[in-house]
Amino acid sequence: MSRLLPLFGFLLLVTLFGFGIWWNTRHDQTAIPSPLINKPAPAFVLPELYDPAVKVSKTDLLGKPYLLNVFASWCVECGVEHPVLQVEGPTLGVQLVGYNYKDAPADAKRWLAEHGNPYHVLLADQSGDTAINFGVYGAPESFLIDARGVIRYKHIGPLTPGVIRRELKPAIAALSKEAP
Amino acid sequence: MMRFGRSAPCARMLFGTITRNHRAQGALLLLLLLFGGVLHAQAIEPMPFANHAQELRFQRLTAQLRCPMCQNETLADSNAPIARDLRNQIFQLMQHGQSDAQIKHFLVDRYSDFVLYDPPVKPGTWLLWFGPLLILLAGGSVVFMVVRKRHRDGIAAGISTDSGPTDNGDDW
Repeated sequence: MSRLLPLFGFLLLVTLFGFGIWWNTRHDQTAIPSPLINKPAPAFVLPELYDPAVKVSKTDLLGKPYLLNVFASWCVECGVEHPVLQVEGPTLGVQLVGYNYKDAPADAKRWLAEHGNPYHVLLADQSGDTAINFGVYGAPESFLIDARGVIRYKHIGPLTPGVIRRELKPAIAALSKEAP
Repeated sequence: MMRFGRSAPCARMLFGTITRNHRAQGALLLLLLLFGGVLHAQAIEPMPFANHAQELRFQRLTAQLRCPMCQNETLADSNAPIARDLRNQIFQLMQHGQSDAQIKHFLVDRYSDFVLYDPPVKPGTWLLWFGPLLILLAGGSVVFMVVRKRHRDGIAAGISTDSGPTDNGDDW
């Protein structure tokens, strides 16, 4: 028995090592869990992309749940996510709010003209200052915000059909269940 | 996997500028590589600090904070756009008279404990903080038990260490 002890120790280490490898391939290591989940979204006032004279605030968007999608024309992965949003967006049953992050409005408009515009509302945050309050640190990122303005779900990185099916749609379904 | 997709030029920004510069020939390239660190440091724009003490405080604080995008870099070192924005934010908060603790709190509220290089002691990090001690205790008790068992076995077999003269005069 005591002769087998080193072998058991070795197997334990192998198991730990294997778990480490498995775990690191399974989750996105760059994704930081947001401390803002289930907390009220930060207040904001941002210009509309196509009409900067129009200011959109958090209170303007209250009353209906919406998906805030952070994107930019310089963001490579947004180009991957965009066709998915075009197809899946209308099936989500919530408003799509585009959050143009640290982008020149002209570039953003060109990008949307080229790739299509799945958004109902488009906010422009050229400086990225407001995005800091949301804990945004890159693009794409998506926030599901409920009718009362509480952040209920966040996805870091592009929304894929799999993520939408497994995570986003159940989160939206949970919202509609609790709605009066 | 998504590390490269999520758009943020970390160290790649430096190499981008090198490859774009077609005039950068052998010697110049070598110089750039040699002084890459200097170039990197200069990429961080100077800020209008009120005084030198504030600048030192800023440098000390940003070196304690982790860039959320390039997670192996501090906010002081990182070239990622978000690191630049957060440095600006920290600078602004400093001008408003916020303490280091308040600034850290501001960042933790938005980016979680990930931004701290020094993780706080709380139930979620107990294993991190006290795990090594547990392992040390477990290892120590195993060694203790093995030593005691061998000692007892030794006595049982009659080869006690202090029975009979073992010194045959060979040593020394």
